[in-house]
Amino acid sequence: MDIRIEHLSKSYGAQIAVEDVSFEVRTGEILGFLGPNGAGKSTTMKMITGYIGIGGGDVLIGGKSVKHQGQELKRHIGYLPEHNPLYEEMPVMDYLEFCAELQGIPRVHTAVRLRQMIRECSLDNEKHKKIGELSKGYRQRVGLAQAMIHDPEILILDEPTTGLDPNQIIEIRKLIRELGREKTVILSTHILPEVEATCDRILIINKGKIVADGTADSLRRQAAGQEVLQVKIEDAFGSDVDQALHLLPGVTSCSAIDASSGRWEMRAVPGGIARRELFQLCVERRWVLTELIPVETRLEDIFRNLTLN
Amino acid sequence: MSPVWVIARRELASFFDSLIAYILLVLFLGFSGFFTWLYGSDIFMVGQASLQSFFNVAYWTLFFFIPALTMRLLAEERKTGTIELLLTKAVSDRQVVLGKFLATLLLIAIVLLFTLPYPLTLAFLGRPDFGQIFCGYAGLLLLSAAYTSIGLYASSITSNQIVAFLAALFISLFFHLIFGMLSSQFSGLTGEVIDYLSLTGHFESMARGVIDSADLIYILTIVLAGLQLAGFSLSKRNLD
Repeated sequence: MDIRIEHLSKSYGAQIAVEDVSFEVRTGEILGFLGPNGAGKSTTMKMITGYIGIGGGDVLIGGKSVKHQGQELKRHIGYLPEHNPLYEEMPVMDYLEFCAELQGIPRVHTAVRLRQMIRECSLDNEKHKKIGELSKGYRQRVGLAQAMIHDPEILILDEPTTGLDPNQIIEIRKLIRELGREKTVILSTHILPEVEATCDRILIINKGKIVADGTADSLRRQAAGQEVLQVKIEDAFGSDVDQALHLLPGVTSCSAIDASSGRWEMRAVPGGIARRELFQLCVERRWVLTELIPVETRLEDIFRNLTLN
Repeated sequence: MSPVWVIARRELASFFDSLIAYILLVLFLGFSGFFTWLYGSDIFMVGQASLQSFFNVAYWTLFFFIPALTMRLLAEERKTGTIELLLTKAVSDRQVVLGKFLATLLLIAIVLLFTLPYPLTLAFLGRPDFGQIFCGYAGLLLLSAAYTSIGLYASSITSNQIVAFLAALFISLFFHLIFGMLSSQFSGLTGEVIDYLSLTGHFESMARGVIDSADLIYILTIVLAGLQLAGFSLSKRNLD
């Protein structure tokens, strides 16, 4: 089932939470929803899941409008809200059974689905404990299990890996990637490496508006503008190198990282001319080029550029 | 299975898991038993094979206990955020409200079931009017339904359980006492209208063995209004 969001808006009183947001997510795609705190991520997700009313525009799921057929669409959506609220006094099994019944799973299938979820989310040793007794990581798994219990075509996960240890994070990411092959997944986070590791596409939202939309690579290319190279040149005087690098065609700026060991950082126009010129220069002057590392623009920098204004 | 029943079952189980149900049972049976059989104008003092004194005690104890039962129903879900999980499942706001209402009413019915030895004992002592007793029990259930829906509404407007408890008690107090007291201050149509609004008169006639359609309409109106308002304040999240 595809999700199409058309000119979605929402305001709380005078405060605008989401303003004219439009995007599309296709089946088999994992969309990473990024943005600083209070950017409107959770509000958008709450509107998609039908928890809060849609201010303006509409959300179409499989061609059906959430505004008009929201009740019917709820069955196709699995939702893990922010902070993962759960009934603490209930044992894990009872809780999952309750969720399964609410989602209208026929009684004959409930036991099979329960076993499957317990296995997939590795809850076997904890299944009879009360949710309140579980550690944060296990509670998060219960949250994921309840979202997936009815095998929904759409998964909306609001910060699914908060509070997990690194091993659990890797497991959950693996699980989400597997799920993402056949389902439509939207996950929000502000852990940037997570998006790169899990998502096919990234959407950055700031102050209720979309500021970037694309794959991690395309965002990088967009943001890059120039090539950053780290070089190490041996058998040369620092002042000579400084002067020569500045005069090199294609180089826009250059600075010493550590002059004594011969490390420099140079910025150049993209296209790789500077790299060839640098090599020729070293050959000419009989300097030894021992390192030439292209530095990638980090997602963090892109994020900061787009959301700090 | 209907979502209403799924929610009601979970809610009922949580009353028993959290000991609330047991505390209610002990307190209610303790109070009503004490004042029906042992103290004040108890059955032996009155000297009639009637459960009138039990109904009078239950009338007051339920008035205090029901807000204590209903206060957490929606307020707690709001506070912990589980309401978001519940309402994004395949259920409507109305079904959630109905499920919780049903659970509370079922719990009260179970508690009242435990007082069945009272009329049985009475049958050994004399010849009670079972029709009247049946009407009295029906009256208690109807009264509970009214107070439960008021409590549910009070619980839906806040995330603080104490506020929900006090609000429910405050609203119920009008039906329980204040309208009755006010009606004697007014004469003519105003007095009659205010008198109709008081629960006391309706309950007393039911406890005497008369269930009038006017009584039924009165209670049903309160129940429906309470549930509707609770549903409204749940769906208020949809408005800006």
